[in-house]
Amino acid sequence: MSAEKKTDFHVVNHSLPRRDGRVKVTGKAQYVADLRLIGMAYAKVLRSTYAHAKIISIDKSRAEARPGVYCVVTGYDLEGLSPYYGHAVKDHPLLAIDKVRYAGEPVAAVVAVDERTAFEALEFIDVKYEELKAVFTPAEALAEDAPLLHERQFEAGALRGFEGEVSAGKGTNICQTHKIQWGDVDKAFKEAAAVVEGNYYFPMTYAYAMEPYVAVAEVNDQDVTIYSSAQHPFMVRHDLKSVFNLPVSSVRLIVPFVGGGYGSKSYTKIEPLVAACSWKAKRPVKLQLTVEEAMLTTRSDDAYTWMRTAADANGKIIARQAKIVMNTGAYAENSPLVVEKSTNRCVGPYAIPNVLIENSSLYTNTVPASSYRGFGCAQVTLPGESQIDELAAKIGKDPYEFRLANAAKPGEEFFPGMRPFDGTLKQDLETAAKAIGWGKPLPKGHGRTVACSGSDAGAYPLTSTAIRVHADGSVTIMTGSTELGQGSHTVLPQIAAEELGIPFEKVRVVSSDTAITPYDRSTGASRTTTLMGTAVLEASREAIQQMVVMAADVLKVKIEQVRVVRGGVRCGEAQLKWSEVISKFYALPDGEVIGRAYIRKSGKFSALPVFWETAATGVEISVDEETGKITMEKLATVGDVGLAINPALAEGQDIGAATMGMGIGLFEELVYEGSQLVNGSILDYRLPRFSDLPKEVELHLVQNQDGVGPYGAKGGGEASLNSMAANIANAVDRAVGVRIRQAPLTPERIWRAMKEKRDKG
Amino acid sequence: MNLRFTLNGKPWQVDCEPQETLAEVLRNTLNLNGTKVSCEVQVCGACTVLVDGVPVSACTYLAYEARGKSVTTIEGLEKPDGTLHPLQQAFIDEFAFQCGYCTPGMIMSAKALLDENPQPTRDEIIHYMDGNICRCTGYVPIVAAIQRASEVMSKETKK
Repeated sequence: MSAEKKTDFHVVNHSLPRRDGRVKVTGKAQYVADLRLIGMAYAKVLRSTYAHAKIISIDKSRAEARPGVYCVVTGYDLEGLSPYYGHAVKDHPLLAIDKVRYAGEPVAAVVAVDERTAFEALEFIDVKYEELKAVFTPAEALAEDAPLLHERQFEAGALRGFEGEVSAGKGTNICQTHKIQWGDVDKAFKEAAAVVEGNYYFPMTYAYAMEPYVAVAEVNDQDVTIYSSAQHPFMVRHDLKSVFNLPVSSVRLIVPFVGGGYGSKSYTKIEPLVAACSWKAKRPVKLQLTVEEAMLTTRSDDAYTWMRTAADANGKIIARQAKIVMNTGAYAENSPLVVEKSTNRCVGPYAIPNVLIENSSLYTNTVPASSYRGFGCAQVTLPGESQIDELAAKIGKDPYEFRLANAAKPGEEFFPGMRPFDGTLKQDLETAAKAIGWGKPLPKGHGRTVACSGSDAGAYPLTSTAIRVHADGSVTIMTGSTELGQGSHTVLPQIAAEELGIPFEKVRVVSSDTAITPYDRSTGASRTTTLMGTAVLEASREAIQQMVVMAADVLKVKIEQVRVVRGGVRCGEAQLKWSEVISKFYALPDGEVIGRAYIRKSGKFSALPVFWETAATGVEISVDEETGKITMEKLATVGDVGLAINPALAEGQDIGAATMGMGIGLFEELVYEGSQLVNGSILDYRLPRFSDLPKEVELHLVQNQDGVGPYGAKGGGEASLNSMAANIANAVDRAVGVRIRQAPLTPERIWRAMKEKRDKG
Repeated sequence: MNLRFTLNGKPWQVDCEPQETLAEVLRNTLNLNGTKVSCEVQVCGACTVLVDGVPVSACTYLAYEARGKSVTTIEGLEKPDGTLHPLQQAFIDEFAFQCGYCTPGMIMSAKALLDENPQPTRDEIIHYMDGNICRCTGYVPIVAAIQRASEVMSKETKK
């Protein structure tokens, strides 16, 4: 736990306006989609129409002969490159080689003078396929006679992020497995007073970042420069370094503003392909996917979960067991880590003495799955929190009281070997329950529930930064954290301004240019405020230390005589602002001081997870008994964030996440029929709209300064998503007495369940 | 073909292809990148601009259809002295955006709403804005921003 409890904040813990506000409301904010380089060409992608097929031949001559076409790139034109990439498992060719593994997989790219010319040339590429048997579900992929998607064993990626060995390519379609176990599950279930058990399905979902994947690459003989809409530029750099066999210093990733991420832009996506296009075309190339193509690029892992949970006669949860099978699609992407995380996140933030969770992800001939906001947690919180309600009902307890009685307590090591729990779940649940009027009478057809989730969040602690204090007292923060909209360009300056005692307005951020900004492993897993925030705090303090030494030099006194005051130093009667220290030191009103910080798995960050991400959500819904349609009457979010550096931004993350979770609970689902994604467009994929807004919304934060980050802060922004589908399923049960173990809870599913119940009488 | 129209209050003349959309002409020919394109099927509202005061999806509206008409984009809202439109200021004050990709279209739709109905109720805002998708904010602060701008603008009118 953080030892530092400070409360007299000047800048931090205030809802200061967003630093990127003005450029974003005036249309001046620059995204990769807005970028044009001199001499830039445009690429368009030909995609496989088959789910699983051998490529017999590709004839690109007619396309290449068309006016305005610079070149056509296929998987057979990549000699000199290492075309397979993947931070977890190197299984992903940048264009299909020898065979295609899903309908929609990139097979060739046309590079032309403009997008239209490139697009028109696509139909002149002749690809001959020999269709292979395909599998679309984990069950099909596990069948004895299932075709293998990947015939060979793969190298683990250099930055794999998960703990276990690579399971992929061992003569099965299993991509990755993971297991956690403690206590004696069999014994506990035998001795239990009550057990609930069920099978659950969590759907494939699409993040819909409104800016689809886009990148511009400029590859010359020595260097690769890529502008991309990527959450983790340093991770992408590593994949590109491997593809082009270059030193790290020769690969530069630049990320301007990102038009939404939600996990879908984490890790490498189209960057190797656009770089290969530039390498072949010998000029800068832009590749901008359509939303339909983005839907063929990444989705969330859908999950089939069998779970059982047991309680004793006193209402104590004594055991949980689950078997999860996830559908990772054609390539591993980040699913091996999603498997590990979803396994861990089955425990919920509950202290359960006997646990056995077994998880595996299966390769199938579908769109590759990867990170999605919440990272495997929502997939297992649907079964987990559903069973908490079911178990409470079975032993005659109030589900809210049952949660309070079993929630992990502050400081409790509820997950063996992991960081003790650093949240205040009791207060989170109490706040959510109060917000939705727990215990008050409800009209018929209404249901009210609270739920929570616990995520081992923060990813890996490897982060660095540099803070440049200029001679006029203004400051530039150099950060590898990407501004996705979460507000890092606002929160990080608040921390620097707090530490250096300078106005917030004087702090600017330069971010996510791997040639300039120090290394940051990723912008995801809610880690930026905690890890980069700590780095900014420590770098600010390191700059202060340097300026104290400089002040002693300027004042011709001993270092010990110099005292730090807000915004500068004092020594006897003499008082100098930072600007004066620097200007006097250099004897010019110019120059700078650079404070640095390196965060690694050490000190307060030795224990993993970096922090437990926890939130409670509460809902009241009503169900139309004629149609099965749900109306969201009330929604409350409670973010357990330790300390909100900017409360309005923290609340904004919570309501955004809860709304995505509500979408999954109510209607979001990618649907396959045979080999084809049948709702792969925004016309058909239903997203939350204004008219889906709950009638009443309350946003709360719990701030006990119990996080490991700056001033006791810790991350948020995913947790409010995770419990929403379970909340809606539980509320439907309470409203109309049907238990649905599948998201989304569409009107049809509810109506059918109600009919079945009526028919049974 | 030659296209003459009024753009953000000024007469303008450009060459365009018959198949070019208004979004393409604005972004590629006129370098006005504030208008964002996302779904390209008139569903998300990110590319909303006003044509003779009416909100249209620039991603599917042929540029040539704008001939002789008056087009307003997000770039046309800020006054020459740098003063923001009350909606723009309200979006900042209410934290009504995160990634910002939907924001220009969102503000243009909201402007059309307030021009037509200066003091909309919450339900009227929700109904009018239903064609604009935001994936970040959960819409709550956007409704608040439109309400705030409506109050500010009605006070300004009374002055």
